[in-house]
Amino acid sequence: MDGFDYKIVEEAAKESYIRALCDLPPDVRDALKRAYEKETRPTAKEIFGAMFKAVEISDQKKTLICQDTGLPIYMVKIGADFHWDGAELKARMYEGAKRATQEFPFRSSSTHPLTRVNPQTSVGVRLPVIYFDFIKDAEYLDILMVPKGSGSENMSAMKMFTPAEGVSALKKFVLDTVVESGGNPCPPGVIGVGIGGTSDLVTRLAKEAIARPVGQRSEDPELAKMEAELEDAINATGLGPMGLGGDTTTLAVHIEMAYTHITQNPVAVNTQCWPARRSRVTIYPDGRVEYGY
Amino acid sequence: MAIEKGERDMAKYHLQTPFSEGDVRQLTVGDIVHFDGTLFGIRDLTQIYMFDQNHEPPVSLKDMPCIHTAPSLRKVGNKWEPVCVGTTTSVRMDRFSPALIEKYGVRAIIGKSGLYEKSLEAMKRYGAVYMAIVGGAASLETEQIEEVEAVYWEHLHPEALYQFRVKDFGPLTVAMDSHGNHLYFDVKKEARRRLPELYKKLGIE
Repeated sequence: MDGFDYKIVEEAAKESYIRALCDLPPDVRDALKRAYEKETRPTAKEIFGAMFKAVEISDQKKTLICQDTGLPIYMVKIGADFHWDGAELKARMYEGAKRATQEFPFRSSSTHPLTRVNPQTSVGVRLPVIYFDFIKDAEYLDILMVPKGSGSENMSAMKMFTPAEGVSALKKFVLDTVVESGGNPCPPGVIGVGIGGTSDLVTRLAKEAIARPVGQRSEDPELAKMEAELEDAINATGLGPMGLGGDTTTLAVHIEMAYTHITQNPVAVNTQCWPARRSRVTIYPDGRVEYGY
Repeated sequence: MAIEKGERDMAKYHLQTPFSEGDVRQLTVGDIVHFDGTLFGIRDLTQIYMFDQNHEPPVSLKDMPCIHTAPSLRKVGNKWEPVCVGTTTSVRMDRFSPALIEKYGVRAIIGKSGLYEKSLEAMKRYGAVYMAIVGGAASLETEQIEEVEAVYWEHLHPEALYQFRVKDFGPLTVAMDSHGNHLYFDVKKEARRRLPELYKKLGIE
């Protein structure tokens, strides 16, 4: 598009990655505080205390909350009323993530899956992960940046159930996955659940689910009810912060749904750790940039 | 039972390295520990190098704590400085842990998500504990590191052998003690015990 400087997107991709790593969204902070206030176990209260201190230090010193800077994910929504150059957007997000890594600088966690060679850029073949979607009647570009660390990502799970196994199989799968994950995903974080779609789509839905503001209920009343039910059940397990026992094991369960095949009943779980990191940047065609969560 | 202990009598300790056998034998699961002194950072490759490739550590680990570290450091002149030092998942390094305790006299292993039965057995036998750090809180850990005193086997960095000097390091939750208690196992066992009732509530047949 004539006149638009794509360097702005590169800067925003870099800055949003760094912001996500250093500045925890207010909804996550509030959810952690609420969990602390209702916690009855002294050990768990100590653990929450350490979380708050870590967040405070990162606020004051602009440092990383967690050393695992993860793999960068950009969830991009393109305003359909402006001619954004998609290929250019991809290239700039690649550069932005790489520059964040090298200029901050922080650890790169990306690696070749066979040779295990780390390019020291946080990016590589097919990285960063970029999802594109579109917004009707808008000109701006909305980028939600989610760095995904491995402690939680390694606990991801997906299963294709049969329609005969019904909704109860999905609920059981979510609950069992959380219990078996124990302290590994650094609870209490957000549990993202995907339901329906195909095997790949359901996994992506679970990932989109973790990126919602904490506790923002699904607009679908059936899904919202299921979110609340699963939240209560997961917290009633008593796994607690870091899996060491306590009243809060998850800050929120978020569910995203897609229609599926008549013979299929897929479910996926994606867990986000207690520093449920994300940042948002909105870019306008006139070059204005707004940061948020 | 361990899961109920935290509600009754969590004890808090402030220790100093080196740890004596008595220091660690007094600890039981659910206790909270902070400590000052020396802390060794180890990882997967550090221990592969030690145990699989038979390299003796150039420094004594006896009576010391070792942490499953994830260090981001920078070298300024000859000196290493912490940028962001966090902790990684312990289970990957479980198989090295009994030998770390038996052969090298390590008194405390610090990490997240715990170790298995053989490590617990070694802790009971030789007097050692596993202490859980709060994962994800790397900025706090980094703040508590006063100095990177030495990096041994520098060619293995970021999986070398690190000697940190720490101040008020913690809070650490005693998650495996020298009396055979395992807090992660207990908490998970209790969660599994509660599952049938939770299934019923969710309408799961």
